[in-house]
Amino acid sequence: MRNTWFVMIVGVVVAFAIMAFSLNNSKTAEPPVALKKDSVASVAAFKKVYTVLMSARCMNCHPSGDVPLQGDDNHLHTMLPKRGTDGKGLYAMKCANCHQPTNTAGLHAPPGNPNWHLPPADMKMVFQGKTPRQLAQQLIDPKQNGHKDLKALIAHADDGLVKGGWNPGDGRTLPPMSYVAFKKAWLTWLNTGAYAPAK
Amino acid sequence: MLSLNINKKTYKVDADPDTPLLWVLRDHVGLVGTKFGCGVAQCGACVVHLNGEAVRSCVTKASRAEGKQVVTIEGLAENDDHPLQKAWLELDVSQCGYCQAGQIMSAAVLLKENKKPTDEDINDAMAGNICRCGTYLRIRDAIHLAADIQAKEGAGK
Repeated sequence: MRNTWFVMIVGVVVAFAIMAFSLNNSKTAEPPVALKKDSVASVAAFKKVYTVLMSARCMNCHPSGDVPLQGDDNHLHTMLPKRGTDGKGLYAMKCANCHQPTNTAGLHAPPGNPNWHLPPADMKMVFQGKTPRQLAQQLIDPKQNGHKDLKALIAHADDGLVKGGWNPGDGRTLPPMSYVAFKKAWLTWLNTGAYAPAK
Repeated sequence: MLSLNINKKTYKVDADPDTPLLWVLRDHVGLVGTKFGCGVAQCGACVVHLNGEAVRSCVTKASRAEGKQVVTIEGLAENDDHPLQKAWLELDVSQCGYCQAGQIMSAAVLLKENKKPTDEDINDAMAGNICRCGTYLRIRDAIHLAADIQAKEGAGK
């Protein structure tokens, strides 16, 4: 009899422990990616995303060559700093030598971010010159997007350097829509199937 | 109060943490070898080493240097005999000299990371250091010479 009670009590305790663990887990786990394929909505969302990615604040660090770009006219960065293998520059011309963890005040002073860099040499993630179709296809290809799966692409919207585009420092134009609107379009594009436009 | 390690000495500096490192070096510590050129990281006259990297001290807040090693032109070599300094004297590189501390500090990072730089490597490393006297050709020659001196000194040790 005593043994039966003991087994029951242990069973109840274990059951509560499992429930507590699963409840706790459900609070911390990432929400599942809700895919509801809709090619029309997806393409429409990407067209908004594209206008942001091709704006100076994003494209200037996704150049077709190895020298970053500057300004709203996307001219080559003065001093011609080069990408380097890790995307952080070369020798005495490393990004963080001038680009501080925060924006430097004043016109033409270097904008800042703790993680300032270009994509690395083995994964250049070029935006410059890409059509909407080409860029969409590149963004969802793990071999070209930094090995990101759908979950990582969704999380990338909250990357500090991505958000830095909306804090560009004195005298620089902002991307063509708010960060909130961009993130909404980015998530809509991905969650509706990440379709590429026809062109 | 900031505590900064500069040329292997610790300095206690009563300055706002946002003060440019260049101001601290020149006005607080009295190391005036590092020059003010443009103030916006465009010219390279103010280059010093921060944990071995060639940062531009005019836009580097002094607080960024806390807990790190700062080296200025005065501390590059104990007896002012860094291979670059020897080569600079040998080839009489300087004209007005104002940019030369920054040039040498940038070149020192190049030679640390690339023992035998090509002309293209020198371009890649030095394109951010401007010389209004136009001594670029002598700077290039001096970097090649310093690489040779460094190789010989290294072989002799």
